[in-house]
Amino acid sequence: MAKRLFLERRTYRRNRLQDAARLMPVLGALLIFGPAFIRGSNPADDAGLSAWLIYFMIIWLGLIVLTAIVARALGSMGGTDQPPEGDRAPDA
Amino acid sequence: MLSFDGLVAVCVIYVAGLFGVAFLAEKRAAEGKGRWLSSPVTYTLSLSIYATAWTFYGAVGSAARTGLEFLTIYLGPTLVFVGWFWLLRKMVRIGRAQRITSIADMISSRYGKSGGLAALATVLMVVGATPYIALQLQSVTLSFSVFASSGALGQPDAESTATWVAAGLALFTIIFGTRSLDVNERHPGLVSAIALEAIVKLAALLAVGAYAVWGVANGPSDMLARIAASPLSEIEWNGARWLGLTMLSAAAILCLPRMFQVLVVENADERHLATASWAFPLYLLLLSLFIVPIAVIGLDLPAAGGNPDLFVLTVPLSQGKDGLALFVFLGGFSAATSMVIVAALALSTMLSNHIIVPLWIRATQGDRPRSGDMRRVALTARRLSIGAVLLLGLAYYRMSGGRDALADIGLISFLGVAQVLPALLGGILWRGATRVGAALGIGAGFAVWGWLLLLPNVAETGGVMLSIMSEGPFGIGWLNPVTPLGLQATDPLLTAMMLSLGVNVLLFILGSLFSFPSPLERLQGAQFVNIYDHSNTPSVWRGSAGTADDLLVMAQRILGSGRAGRLFQDAALGQGRDGDLPEPTAGFLEQLERELAGSVGAATAHAMVTQITGGASVSVRDLLAVADETAQIMEYSSKLEAKSAEQAQTAARLRDANAKLTQLSVQKDAFLSQISHELRTPMTSIRSFSEILMQDDGMDATARARFSQIIHDESLRLTRLLDDLLDLSVLEDGRVTLHEAEVELAQILDRAIYAAGAQEAGGKIAIRRDRGAEAVMLWTDADRLSQVFINLISNAQKYCDAETPELMISVHHRPGRIEVEFADNGLGIPALQQALIFEKFARLESAQGRPGAGLGLAISREIMSRLGGGLTYVPGGAGTRFRVRLPAKALRAA
Repeated sequence: MAKRLFLERRTYRRNRLQDAARLMPVLGALLIFGPAFIRGSNPADDAGLSAWLIYFMIIWLGLIVLTAIVARALGSMGGTDQPPEGDRAPDA
Repeated sequence: MLSFDGLVAVCVIYVAGLFGVAFLAEKRAAEGKGRWLSSPVTYTLSLSIYATAWTFYGAVGSAARTGLEFLTIYLGPTLVFVGWFWLLRKMVRIGRAQRITSIADMISSRYGKSGGLAALATVLMVVGATPYIALQLQSVTLSFSVFASSGALGQPDAESTATWVAAGLALFTIIFGTRSLDVNERHPGLVSAIALEAIVKLAALLAVGAYAVWGVANGPSDMLARIAASPLSEIEWNGARWLGLTMLSAAAILCLPRMFQVLVVENADERHLATASWAFPLYLLLLSLFIVPIAVIGLDLPAAGGNPDLFVLTVPLSQGKDGLALFVFLGGFSAATSMVIVAALALSTMLSNHIIVPLWIRATQGDRPRSGDMRRVALTARRLSIGAVLLLGLAYYRMSGGRDALADIGLISFLGVAQVLPALLGGILWRGATRVGAALGIGAGFAVWGWLLLLPNVAETGGVMLSIMSEGPFGIGWLNPVTPLGLQATDPLLTAMMLSLGVNVLLFILGSLFSFPSPLERLQGAQFVNIYDHSNTPSVWRGSAGTADDLLVMAQRILGSGRAGRLFQDAALGQGRDGDLPEPTAGFLEQLERELAGSVGAATAHAMVTQITGGASVSVRDLLAVADETAQIMEYSSKLEAKSAEQAQTAARLRDANAKLTQLSVQKDAFLSQISHELRTPMTSIRSFSEILMQDDGMDATARARFSQIIHDESLRLTRLLDDLLDLSVLEDGRVTLHEAEVELAQILDRAIYAAGAQEAGGKIAIRRDRGAEAVMLWTDADRLSQVFINLISNAQKYCDAETPELMISVHHRPGRIEVEFADNGLGIPALQQALIFEKFARLESAQGRPGAGLGLAISREIMSRLGGGLTYVPGGAGTRFRVRLPAKALRAA
């Protein structure tokens, strides 16, 4: 029984990891498009070009690192071999 | 300073190096070695063809003009790649499972293998990519001219430079892009050369960036201060453009034919995508890291010249760093060439598969080519297409005359190819998407884009201003491309993007909602949308021993173990792996497929081999082809079956005929022996009596008279027999001539009775007649008919064994015929012998010792059948009874 519990837990983790991988572009879109709504068009009111350049470089790197972590984790859990939707183990 | 000639020499050496790398990679791949060829790093680096010379040089120019906007070109693809698990993975899986060869193939496969849709997408892609290729040629030419203007030795000719570059690229692409129609359309040599170029490109940009930050400025903090103080900080931020361009470049990386080629078609292992998901954005991040610093430094340095598009090159040049500048030049050269090579390859695949080959097949309809011929045609078509694509790019470059307007083509091209995005995404995610919707959407989007963006740009590039552009077609003002729908658009690109993609999406959805897909389309739709249900994770196919095992098992089943074993042994020997299983290289698989095709048909063989090696699922098209082959084989075998049944029938008939012949031969023998017996008996007595007469002189007259009488009688008998035989043979051959005339039945009977010597009064037999019924007029041969009657009467005379023999001749009138019956009061004929009496020489036992050859009844029956009637023995009743049937035509006077 213990083994089975362990398996289900693992499957649950894997499914959440896949969700995370799917949601990554949402996070990316928030971070990338956000400034378009926040940043004013007048450069005088602005934090400055270099600040924004640093912001974008940092969020970019952050996205890359996060994606790499999730991709690695999925790879080690065999999560890229996604079972058909109907066969997916129940979440709880 | 490097001279122009020196620069050309460097380029030639560099290109030769690329050829070498590509050649080596091809060789290793053919040997089944070189795992680095299909490593995730190579895959990621090959994706870098996204960054072309336009971005290599142009990003700095863009930064100098619009600030951070250049980032959108890289952030869009980043969004797509970090979301790889959701979309890219599905695309790659579909591409592998369905053996997709290009973006146009992907679209057409999804929508029921529609040839028209594929052709439309191909045209769109070619139209979108041609100016882009021209742009690459321009950037190479421009960078050449920058160097040459610095050196004094040579003066480059822009046109000939572009021509030489285009020719060289065409050669490279043809050599490494069309070596064979690979099972999975991968080109290891080409990809490895591109990966190398990607490294050069990135290293060059990083080097010049590092030089700008640490060589010109004093480290990062000084650099940031310089940025804050630069004119770039004054540039207004355009939020709409930021959003729009990011989404546009995200769409482009999915739809650009060259990106699809490296992303999906050249993908050797789906797991590589997991690495590329972060590694490719990292590559893009590194590419753009120093763009702003280079732009700021370039603006600061008056010696760098006024063109920010060339800052990457002019910044190191102006500082006398020729080596660095040369490196940068090679980076730009790499960016341009790798893009052109892959774009030409991808476009040529589409052109040949979706336009040239279908046209060729239609033109040569009737004579169905074998698959080998088809491959040759496809290869030639692809080579020609590569040349044509590069020629088009060159022609466009020549036409543009190197004007600045060409630089805008980058984003315009993005928007052009993005027109397939709704059909592509809709096809992958929505089962309800149909061919009609896709065609309407792509067609309308293509038209709007072409009208609003491409046409004005082409006109501007070509230096002509068309009147329809300012006034609209047919004078309809709101249709003019500059202010479409009367919109005073400040940004033509964004306006066109909204209009073209808006119309595209709208028509795609409406068209899909209101049309009904074909069965094949629905099947493909389900396969695409639910790809994870239909395919397993494909494994790496190169060099896995399991694959070779599986192939051997399959080949043994089809070819038999002996032939399959020999085939595999020879292949292993050829690969230098004696005693082992051969590596499943492309060449070996091709050979195996050919061998199998001989037994099960080409389509089936292909489906079987790829099922094992490629991890591709069997597509509907494959199944249809397999069904087609099976139907042909079944038809062939049913034809064979019909033929063999026919032959069995013929054989049975021949056997029957043979049996009949044998029987006839037996009858003939019996007849001959019978006849010789019949002839010999009288001959023997004639001979013996004539011998007695000759020898014995003292014979008395009475004896002599008696012997002579016997000889005479026997001669008569012999003559009669021969007459009868002659008569019978004439009758049987049908050579008899009938002398038909009108005669009364009674007269014939009278004549017959008289001739038989059985007159009513004094005869041996009493004959009773029914004179009333005999008064019938007949139309017949009286002589022959009386011959029959005579025979019957004399038979009765001879054989009736009653004490007071009596013959009753009765005439019966039946409808359509007359029957004359001859019945005597004798014992009749035993039932067993009734069947024999009409045979020749058949004589009843009771008739032994009485004269007659046994031909009478046979002759009579023949006569009656000639007269159209018949003669039968009537069984039952007492006595012998014969019935003569006279036909209807004999009843003329009745």
